[in-house]
Amino acid sequence: MNFTNFGRYILLLKAVFRKPEKASIYMKAIFKQMDFIGVGSLGLIAIISTFIGAVMTLQIAFQLVSDFIPKTIIGSVNRDSSILELSPTISAIVLAGKIGSAISSEIGTMRVSEQIDALEIMGINSPGYLILPKIIAGITMVPLLVIMSMFLSITGGYIGGTLSGAVSAAEYVQGITTDFNPYTIVVALVKAFVFGFIITSVPAYEGFYVKGGALEVAQASTRAVVVSCITILACDYIVTQLLL
Amino acid sequence: MIEIKDINKSFGSNQVLKGISGKFEAGVTNLIIGGSGSGKTTLLKCMIGLHHPEQGSVEYDGREFTTMSFEEKIEIRKEIGMLFQGSALFDSMTVEENIMFPLNMFTEQSRSEKLDRVNFCLERVNLEGKNKLFPAELSGGMKKRVGIARAIAMNPKYLFVDEPNSGLDPKTSIVIDELIKELTEEYNTTTIVVTHDMNSVMGIGDYILFLHEGKKFWEGSNKEIAHTDIQELNDFVFASRFMKAAKGKF
Repeated sequence: MNFTNFGRYILLLKAVFRKPEKASIYMKAIFKQMDFIGVGSLGLIAIISTFIGAVMTLQIAFQLVSDFIPKTIIGSVNRDSSILELSPTISAIVLAGKIGSAISSEIGTMRVSEQIDALEIMGINSPGYLILPKIIAGITMVPLLVIMSMFLSITGGYIGGTLSGAVSAAEYVQGITTDFNPYTIVVALVKAFVFGFIITSVPAYEGFYVKGGALEVAQASTRAVVVSCITILACDYIVTQLLL
Repeated sequence: MIEIKDINKSFGSNQVLKGISGKFEAGVTNLIIGGSGSGKTTLLKCMIGLHHPEQGSVEYDGREFTTMSFEEKIEIRKEIGMLFQGSALFDSMTVEENIMFPLNMFTEQSRSEKLDRVNFCLERVNLEGKNKLFPAELSGGMKKRVGIARAIAMNPKYLFVDEPNSGLDPKTSIVIDELIKELTEEYNTTTIVVTHDMNSVMGIGDYILFLHEGKKFWEGSNKEIAHTDIQELNDFVFASRFMKAAKGKF
């Protein structure tokens, strides 16, 4: 059954990447999706990243109570955790919930109300028209959101650490600037790219093949989020294993 | 002209269409009728390529459709207009954007030319000035008319209509039927209407193909339909008290 789904997913992607009927229409749709996925998620990602950064600092400070460990380590651990794991993965899981359910229910509703059939009858490649702009918006905007998330998470750590007194401002700044390896940013952006693809394509697949009515659309939406999250975590492990 | 030959379609072990053949001429209103579950909509979907028949052929003016490549089918589909049972208007677009959508996709016309065409189509279906409304703001009959306006926006050679009267009051149903007939005659389109509405059958059925349990039981015109000895057809035609009472007056 899962192999069947995977096969259909691949066939859908093949149809998605057919030559667009009219580039200008697709460009408009891409910008609209970028606004929805990127600008529409700024606030949520900002709040989550800032708080996660702050909480991380407090927890690291709580766990590293020793005279032999310099407090600067709090900044560097927070920095690497945020860049390598928390910003890409937590952002992706949150976005899978927010964007994934929206994509799945949008396309699913179009399916059950025959709007996708209407596109097909007009001679439009419906997978391309409906899904390609979302995938392109996903693979471009999710990395940008992750970059913002990294920055805010580290900033949140600074705010949380200094306000609570867990670490001084000078120690934290020294921590985040010591032994920085820029390659971690590359790993994080590769993850963000992969997650952006998953967050948009998996829910689109779930929505595209819905049969039935409102209940089935809702079920597809739930399934889309669950499958996206599991796929994100699996791909997180694979990318980390390959790149680190 | 559209010709179907020996169409067979199954879903699992359930054979829905059993060797259906028929010829649908241009400029006349062709009806596919039958009770619920008789295979009408499945036949329509086989004809437009939303379902793939296991056997048989569909020819659009001599061009065999079922064996065409994806790209060739797209060319045929650009000549097709379709009104869906639920109208299938794009929810996120206004009436104007819905009608303009195929023009945006497949023509290089300027915005003003496209707008002229949209206004012409809206005028044709008696919905002038409704450009900026969204589908959610329209009544069922208005949605059907917008659906027709969108279907004719590209001057289709072939017009398919699925259950045009479902959910409409009798008066609006007649308006929609008349509109379909007028457009068919005006533009000489090959129009195929799937319906089980007897008012439509008697009002606009120039050529009627009757399906029962997936088989073609009868074909003819609305003038002949009330005068057959086919039990299954008579059961369908004279199912309502009104039709029973009117029997013999046709």
